[in-house]
Amino acid sequence: MIDRRRALLLAPFGVAVVAGAGFMTVLGRMKAGQFDPHDVPSQLMGRRIPDFALPGMGDGPGFGAADLVALKRPVLVNFFASWCVPCVIEHPALMALSKEGLPIWAIAYKDTPTAAGGFIAKHGNPYTRIAEDRPGRVAIEWGVYGVPESYLLDAQGIVRWRMAGPITAAIANEQVRPLLRGMA
Amino acid sequence: MVAAVLSAGPALAISDPAEMLPDRVQEERAEAVGRQLRCLVCQNESIEDSNADLAKDLRGLVRQRIAAGDTDDQATAWVVARYGDFVRLRPPVNAVTALLWGSPVLAVGAGAAAVLLARRRRVVAAQPLSEAERVRLAELTGF
Repeated sequence: MIDRRRALLLAPFGVAVVAGAGFMTVLGRMKAGQFDPHDVPSQLMGRRIPDFALPGMGDGPGFGAADLVALKRPVLVNFFASWCVPCVIEHPALMALSKEGLPIWAIAYKDTPTAAGGFIAKHGNPYTRIAEDRPGRVAIEWGVYGVPESYLLDAQGIVRWRMAGPITAAIANEQVRPLLRGMA
Repeated sequence: MVAAVLSAGPALAISDPAEMLPDRVQEERAEAVGRQLRCLVCQNESIEDSNADLAKDLRGLVRQRIAAGDTDDQATAWVVARYGDFVRLRPPVNAVTALLWGSPVLAVGAGAAAVLLARRRRVVAAQPLSEAERVRLAELTGF
């Protein structure tokens, strides 16, 4: 009887300890960038990209779904904007990935050629092509809800990975590069 | 006056009257659909309540679809196809959300079970005295 009472008395502390450990884990993973509570899973995962065609930014050529599929090799599609602060954070990782030979095709989201051009002149150009989605309508077709947002397509144009938020050096190492090795 | 205030309903984020559909019935349907769709930028507001750019775009697209003849369910499904069940402020009942919808029943069930168990245990406690206890009781009371 006394043992049961003691167990009941200690139970709330046990619950508090377990819950606390759980919260610590979640907070730790959030800090390390492995978990984002606001992340919304992509509906495109494992599926073909939606049909679209966009004009190029400035004088450059635009592209559409058919162009991405016609590449017949893995490609990273990156939605970015010159007004987006996290885009600056991910830019070095994009530069590195592009230098390693991964084609990165960009869609400038709600941006002007002047501003986006200035952004690239300042931070470097990791992009093979830059299309312009000024109304942000194609982004909605993809299920984009913020910039930066990136989609890794395999050689068949199927979405294999999606990142809502900046691709940091760690994420490029832990997620993008292993996936690319798997696709090669 | 009071009736006018009450009938005005919750304040919506539509900042520009040009966003609204000219057909009043269609506009009300679009608002009802939009109030059940989550703004993905703020996540705890509906697209009708949010001032985020994306919410404004989605409000416009829901209105486009309603004006083009979509039913409320079709307009909702159009957005869900792009952003998933998470955009619905009232998630559908399916295998993934079964635990979510079932949790009130589970909680009440667990409470009821705990009460029943506690009661049953307490009733069992009353038992006749053993021979030794009867002797001791007689000694103490003198009967």
